[in-house]
Amino acid sequence: MIRVESLGKQFGAVQALHDVSFEAHDGRITGLLGHNGAGKSTTLRILSTVLRPSTGRAIVDGHDCVEQPLQVRRSLGVLPHASGLYGHLTGRENIRYYGKLHGLQSAELDRMTNELIERLALGAVADRRAKGYSQGERLKVALARALVHQPRTIILDEPTNGLDVNAVRMLRELIRQLRAANRCVLFSSHVMQEVAALCDDIVIIAHGRVVVRGTPAEILATTGAADLEEAFVRAADGGVPA
Amino acid sequence: MTRAIRIVFAKELLENLRDRRVILSAFLFGVLLAPVIFGLTTSLASKRAVESQDKPLRLTVSGIEHAPNLVNFLEENGVETKTLSLTPDEAMSAVRAGREDLVLLIDAEYAEKLQAGEPAPLDLVVDTANNQIGASAERARRLLEAYGGQLAALRLLVRGISPEVVHPVEVRTLDVATPAGRSLLILGMMTYFSFMSMLVGGFYLAIDTTAGERERGSLEPLLALPVRRAELIVGKMLATSAFMSISLLLTLAAFGVVLQFIPLEALGMSANFGPRVVLAIFAVMLPFVPLGAGLMTAVASFTRSNREAQSWLSVVMLLPIAPIMFAVVNGTKPSAALMTIPSLSQHLLATSLMRGDSIPALHAAISAGTTLALGAVLVLIAIRLYQREAILG
Repeated sequence: MIRVESLGKQFGAVQALHDVSFEAHDGRITGLLGHNGAGKSTTLRILSTVLRPSTGRAIVDGHDCVEQPLQVRRSLGVLPHASGLYGHLTGRENIRYYGKLHGLQSAELDRMTNELIERLALGAVADRRAKGYSQGERLKVALARALVHQPRTIILDEPTNGLDVNAVRMLRELIRQLRAANRCVLFSSHVMQEVAALCDDIVIIAHGRVVVRGTPAEILATTGAADLEEAFVRAADGGVPA
Repeated sequence: MTRAIRIVFAKELLENLRDRRVILSAFLFGVLLAPVIFGLTTSLASKRAVESQDKPLRLTVSGIEHAPNLVNFLEENGVETKTLSLTPDEAMSAVRAGREDLVLLIDAEYAEKLQAGEPAPLDLVVDTANNQIGASAERARRLLEAYGGQLAALRLLVRGISPEVVHPVEVRTLDVATPAGRSLLILGMMTYFSFMSMLVGGFYLAIDTTAGERERGSLEPLLALPVRRAELIVGKMLATSAFMSISLLLTLAAFGVVLQFIPLEALGMSANFGPRVVLAIFAVMLPFVPLGAGLMTAVASFTRSNREAQSWLSVVMLLPIAPIMFAVVNGTKPSAALMTIPSLSQHLLATSLMRGDSIPALHAAISAGTTLALGAVLVLIAIRLYQREAILG
């Protein structure tokens, strides 16, 4: 469960976020949709506590991102936009490293690592050095790494960027499984179709402000558009305020 | 040490031990390169010292017909003479141009004045700006004076006077330099190489901590883990320090081995570099490790990319040389006050150990204390820098 209240963020003279408010619920997939530079990554980085908001606040599973960053990070699984692996470690070692830093003890660590390797069909490559991985394999390991501590809330920043069709399908399947397990999934994208195919709730963000939010049906009603793509174009280009 | 620090430390060790680039720079640089360079320079230097002593003195003589006895005396004393006929101007321009090293000009006046018992002039043409000639010119002058002394003694004897009468004072030089004491420059080089290989050992790890993680895209997910950033960076700096320490120890051990094969006695120094001295030098230099790790990590965290970090750190690695150069050039002696200067204090202590001198416990304590204190400040700065938002780039 994520609650974001009037978030603002200033980098020097640049106001990256003006006023962002939304909620993302457990058991639902929420899409954060916007053009490049709209403020999606900044919002997600504030949620993952690597940035501090200038104004407003963000709550993850009841913990304030500024006041209790360690508790927030404990309940979060994060797949940032840049999600590099350690090339000299194997996939398994990459996953285990994050598991250990999450405080998993050896029996549970082994169990979770093996389970994720199996679920993501990484068995063939898990014990090879990560620097030889294909893009899809890298993404899978990065995902496994983010999920190894069984987080209640998962944040994915543009996860499908640059992936081939098979990897995208795998990712969608995984996100649906997480929803079925009653997790809260928040992911960002600048591709309308992707969000439409997956999301229960959509938050459209433009120029650091939320312009529309709701279920796809609600968004169509609010914007008066015939389909989601048109709704996105109208909303993101500054048509309808939230 | 917290659990998180241990986990980060262990992972950094494992990862970097698998990185050929790190292994090369951390272990091979010190073990191979430093002793090789050092061995080459010293054996070259000692060869030159040996050569210039054994080489016969070569002297070009003009006007040999005026002083056959003098020339005989020179040849008896191992001088290789070359006979030429030159005017004073020709001789001077030949020496200035480097065609001749040393020219002894003897003219007719020499024979006349010698005959008359008056001081007979001899001209030795020398270019004192030419360093390599200095020792030869000195030897030539001493030989000529010896010849003059012989003649004087003969003249006195002929007059029934003991030659000792004209030597009321005899100056004797008692050289107290221990053989190893003459080797300051070479020892300075050695401590500098040890600093270098210590820093090179942690070079890639210090970069990887910040610029490397950022460039690889692994920094942001790492910072989103439930671990304090201070724990992350301390774990990483500990790994950096471990590599630096190992690199230092290997380099010192390699020096110990290489020095067995260098003809140091010919250079007038004795090598005091047994296993015990190696360990003692390691112990006095070890406090510099956290300082170096903190400094390199702090500098690297300002940079935007791996490449930029590498060029900055290459400059940082030159820092410890400045105080050492100063000490070598001035022949600085250890004192309690100097022990407060990192790198200089380690150099002075290591040099004393190599010379076989004992080091006062107070000096060792001040050196370790001040170096560790500055190291702690730099580590804190590195931790602070790691906590900035800008670390994400």
